[in-house]
Amino acid sequence: MAGQLKIHVDPDKCQGHSRCKSLAPELFELDGFGNAHEVGDGVVPAGLEDKAWLAKSNCPELAIDITED
Amino acid sequence: MNKPVPVTDWIADFDHTDPRWTENPYPIWDQLRAASPVVHTDRFLGVYMPTTYEAVKEVAYDTEHFSSRRIIVRNSRPPITQSAPPITSDPPEHKPAKQLLLPPFTPDAMKKLEPRVREICNELIDQFVNEPSVDAAARYTKHIPVRAIAHMLGIPEQDGDLFIKWIHEILELGITDEETLMRAVEEMSHYFMGHIQARKSNPTDDLISTLMNARGPDGQPLSDMHVLGSLRLLLIAGIDTTWSAIGASLWHLAKTPADRERLIAEPELMPIAIEEFLRAYSPVTMAREVIKETTIAGCPIKTDHMVLLSFPAANRDPAVFPNADKVIIDRKENRHVAFGLGIHRCVGSNLARMEMIVALEEWLKRIPDFRLDPAGKVTWSEGTVRGPRQLPLLLGAAH
Repeated sequence: MAGQLKIHVDPDKCQGHSRCKSLAPELFELDGFGNAHEVGDGVVPAGLEDKAWLAKSNCPELAIDITED
Repeated sequence: MNKPVPVTDWIADFDHTDPRWTENPYPIWDQLRAASPVVHTDRFLGVYMPTTYEAVKEVAYDTEHFSSRRIIVRNSRPPITQSAPPITSDPPEHKPAKQLLLPPFTPDAMKKLEPRVREICNELIDQFVNEPSVDAAARYTKHIPVRAIAHMLGIPEQDGDLFIKWIHEILELGITDEETLMRAVEEMSHYFMGHIQARKSNPTDDLISTLMNARGPDGQPLSDMHVLGSLRLLLIAGIDTTWSAIGASLWHLAKTPADRERLIAEPELMPIAIEEFLRAYSPVTMAREVIKETTIAGCPIKTDHMVLLSFPAANRDPAVFPNADKVIIDRKENRHVAFGLGIHRCVGSNLARMEMIVALEEWLKRIPDFRLDPAGKVTWSEGTVRGPRQLPLLLGAAH
């Protein structure tokens, strides 16, 4: 069985395209300028793994990292 | 004015205003990309064009060698007198100017505007829904962004025709006609100065007042010139771009009944589908001015030339997008760059997306059946922004 996923948005790379927020609103939130960061500590709840990968593969700035424990 | 010589060798002598490019640029870009990641033309005082996704990305991220002080490739390079921060700004001026504009354009801010945009769409549809045919570019797609941005700025929605005239003069005629360009910029500046002056005695609750009340990095209010520049940007960038994106999407749906039926059956697919329309029919091509000698994809780049930064061509690069020429409305991996990359990411991207989704949703609800009118002709705008300017459609299932 695959381990738990953890996501992280690199704030230096994020330019606020908000693709991640649109595809995986449970996993990302936006600040007042529209820039994204992960919800909480970035641990992806079970069942949302596909959404995490989808968000990563649609970020034009390659700002999302996913690590697997 | 001299008429440009028609292109015979696209690779060594491309011209992004050639009627063939305007009509159908995709095979031309494929030819250029197959030849080299960067091509050059002596036209327009010398212009490079990166043709691949990677090469476009290299330029977009490199603000040291490529300046945004000129963002449109034109026949002449008059001295820069009128800026439009932040789109024409480089670091370090860029960031504070951009930060001011970001909060009013977040997805949450757009949610508040959405009901008005839905009303606008329905008011427009009411006017032609019972007719057998309509030019959807002239009577629908054009008016949605005009009215939405006017609503945000707090200027009369009825002044829309004036805005469209200026934009046509600045972005299209202005490529070759400096006098028309200057006059349009002058008229637009005069118009906005009037609105700025009026708010000095009677402050309002709109984007113009927000900008007037904003503070720059030095803690001082922005100069009238800065406010004026940003207003010019919002008007120019906010209108025919989204007009084009909505129009190209409707054009696609008019000739692709299967996609239309699928979006009606699966409305939740719309936000994904518009990303594919944005990729396949990206409206906006930007430009940069080379200020320091460098390379792009290993090719030497000289100063004083311009770079045509074609996000639309990048989005058709088959090395990044499998079946790049196919519109796949549920494409899973879609890192398209229709709104640019890096610090100059379009500030209005959330507005554009909301307008596209709402415009297509409302249209499909009320006009589920439509097709291109074989008796009419679809025409496209040339140069910086590409989209249908005439979109004759037959409405209803009867045809």
